[in-house]
Amino acid sequence: MAETGALAKPFYGLSSRQRDVLLQAVTPPLIALAGFAALLAAYGKNPLAAYWDVLHGTFGSVRGLTEVFVIMIPLMFCALAVAIPARIGMVNVGGEGQLYIGAIFAAYAPLTWPDLPTAVMLPLMMCAAFIGGGLWAGLCGYLRAKSLVSEVLSTLLMNSVAGFLLQYLVFGVWHDPKSSNFPQSKPYPAAAVLPHLGTGRLHVGLFFALGTIALFWFVLYKTRWGYEMRAIGGNQEAARRSGIPIVRYIVLLFVIGGGIAGIGGMAETSAIQGRLRPGFSSSYGYIGFLVSWMSGHNPLLIVVISFLLAVITSGRDVLQITQDLPGAAVNILMALILFVVLARRGTQAETR
Amino acid sequence: MSTSASMRPDSIAAGPHSMPLVSLRRITKRFPAVVANDHVDLDIYSGEVQAILGENGSGKSTLMKVLYGYYRADEGDIFFDGKPVVFKSPQDARRFRIGMLFQNFTLIPAFTVAENVALFLPELKIRLDLKEIAERIRDISEKYQLRIDPMAYVWRLSMGEQQKIELIKLLLANARVLIFDEPTRVLAPHEIENLMHVFRQLKADNYAVLFITHKLREAFASADRLTVMRRGARIGTLMRAEADERQIVSMMFGAEPQAVQRDGSRMSVTTRPVLELASVTTAGALGELCLENVSLTVRPHEVVGIAGVSGSGQKEIGDVILGLLPHNGAKRFDGHDATGWPISRLRQHGLAMIPENPLWMGVIGSMTVTENMAIADRARYARHGGLSMDWNGVRNDAARFEERSRIPMPNLAVPAETLSGGNLQRIVLIRELGQQHKLIVAFYPTQALDLPTAVSTRQLLVDARDGGAGVLLISEDLDELFTLCDTILVLCGGRIAGRFRPEDTTRDAVGRLMTGSVA
Repeated sequence: MAETGALAKPFYGLSSRQRDVLLQAVTPPLIALAGFAALLAAYGKNPLAAYWDVLHGTFGSVRGLTEVFVIMIPLMFCALAVAIPARIGMVNVGGEGQLYIGAIFAAYAPLTWPDLPTAVMLPLMMCAAFIGGGLWAGLCGYLRAKSLVSEVLSTLLMNSVAGFLLQYLVFGVWHDPKSSNFPQSKPYPAAAVLPHLGTGRLHVGLFFALGTIALFWFVLYKTRWGYEMRAIGGNQEAARRSGIPIVRYIVLLFVIGGGIAGIGGMAETSAIQGRLRPGFSSSYGYIGFLVSWMSGHNPLLIVVISFLLAVITSGRDVLQITQDLPGAAVNILMALILFVVLARRGTQAETR
Repeated sequence: MSTSASMRPDSIAAGPHSMPLVSLRRITKRFPAVVANDHVDLDIYSGEVQAILGENGSGKSTLMKVLYGYYRADEGDIFFDGKPVVFKSPQDARRFRIGMLFQNFTLIPAFTVAENVALFLPELKIRLDLKEIAERIRDISEKYQLRIDPMAYVWRLSMGEQQKIELIKLLLANARVLIFDEPTRVLAPHEIENLMHVFRQLKADNYAVLFITHKLREAFASADRLTVMRRGARIGTLMRAEADERQIVSMMFGAEPQAVQRDGSRMSVTTRPVLELASVTTAGALGELCLENVSLTVRPHEVVGIAGVSGSGQKEIGDVILGLLPHNGAKRFDGHDATGWPISRLRQHGLAMIPENPLWMGVIGSMTVTENMAIADRARYARHGGLSMDWNGVRNDAARFEERSRIPMPNLAVPAETLSGGNLQRIVLIRELGQQHKLIVAFYPTQALDLPTAVSTRQLLVDARDGGAGVLLISEDLDELFTLCDTILVLCGGRIAGRFRPEDTTRDAVGRLMTGSVA
């Protein structure tokens, strides 16, 4: 009885609380990796070799590492789109669709007025992308705020609508006649392409994403509005009775979240594709959802988890080439991580 | 047990029970920055009701949670039937047939009573035999006159009935030691009477009953043994026969608290009312109560009290005032038609609201105490147009308020969810009574408070009235209503059943109107 759990012996110089946090963060991905290894083995592959290939393909060269950062950009934008409404208890599963709509809105200017100068073109595209994604998500937020439709359902279903809308455009009015049967738009003029960093595919979207995350952190923890958001997230009833306008926050945060995902879509199509095409997103919206929930919607952790999942996403191509695995195999790993993360949350909720 | 007997200097020759069923010895439990229990000894006997008395934060809940295995003590031992035992979790304690009823119940509203009880039973089989469980509930309900229908849905039941279900759960799980954490807090006066009766029967059946309270009247009405705690230490244990109230009060608080100072009101019937509800009628959803034709007026310099058994429409009146509940009839605030005003506008106009349930409606558990104190008046502390918050200003205001009100503040830096019910109530009080307001709507403002803080709180309400505020006081405590109010309304079944000046009526008459026993 004399010894206590809370003051147990130190663990490599960490306090017991730090150790718990560290273990909680590290264990779920490890369990998921072990589960995926078992699957690979059952598939007749050597899991160690596969993991080695992924590590080598991402960390083994400047090009590989650059690619990880390139994937991080849309992941961070999409994670923010989920995290911002999540801070007041809203679930946004619509990052993927908001990404598409942002790309569509952004495409209007370069396809209609290709001669605009860069200084007008890029800000215009970015504003259009924000407005597009914002309206798309804001509609779901409005329906939720009026207690008409669950935001989980509406955001999820609107993803398909956005996907079909994109296809309709690139097969129809925006189809590039020179691409014969390829469903894609005309290439953007040079003025509509985000500046790249160095010679690779890495682009300035990285700074926009990191800057937005920093801004999110500042607003959340330093300002009156972040304080009110945290109050709603902590106890909606008490916040309402204190006079915090909850309905306004729901709509506004969906607009901001969707708008940020829209900018992610603009950045991806402008810098990486250079034109509008369906399938420019490798499920970035959904992976961003995973990032946000794994990081507990915490701005700083979003950066860390985005990096981790970008490594795994990037590993998809590596595994396809070196291990002859279908690209979708990595989705199994993502799903496993999601399950483990959710299971951990469930047990935490029970023990509270 | 001769060794342990020598460890308690004031060991009581305990009448018929010389051997305690459970003994706590030198229990010490430390939390960051506070010693909640400091070498506490306690003996628990079968066939006896023991009251654990003490003000908020005196360590009584912590001690009970150590006994229940919910907390592990940093030092000290527990003896069961004279043998040392270690409780690492509530499961361990339950194995020794110790059960605890918490302040917040753990029932599933969408389930029936029987389904809820079944979930708790250790021998639950794969196939639910709800009929058999219902039969057992009926038996035990009859034995202790609990009047619980096993097939009733929990969401339809009052807090008092839910408490009985929690008790049935423990009894069916064969608990022998029953710990009640402030059981009367959620109960209406007649339900308290019932509970005391149940205590007496449990005692006759040789159960050991422990209950935490800070109400002397209840302790004297039902306990055989009174243990008083103050600041984490046990001050003493007395048998009821040898105890008197004055002695217990001075043990609890060190000194006798002062009474509320109150003069006649300067209210004038010609001043514009600060709140007016005229023939307010609400349409309740299925199974909900509705207000019928409720009219009331609160003027500056006036305390208007609403007496009523809980669930008579108090919450609905509060929701109408806040605009959370649609209604017919007029609502005027300080002379303006306030129908459709958002809460932020009401608050800016000078409304303060002490809600009936601080944990649910008043406090944000994940935020610190400081952050909770600014939540209702955010504009006051926002700086640079909202780009930053003046937390030092919040702390300074809280310190000033503490000095003025003599209500001790909880630690400002900890998350509110770590605090006890009394401390949560203090957060709400400091926040809502700290500034000048035109109208203060106070639901059960002294709930969960210890006596000195309750007195300070009542004094604050009277001071606010003298300063020109109108106060609407919703309470079940008739003493409180008769001490503070200039006008008392009685609410029963969603209607105003009576309207009095306290000097023109009696507690008895009001009490009978509350329960609807007189037309």
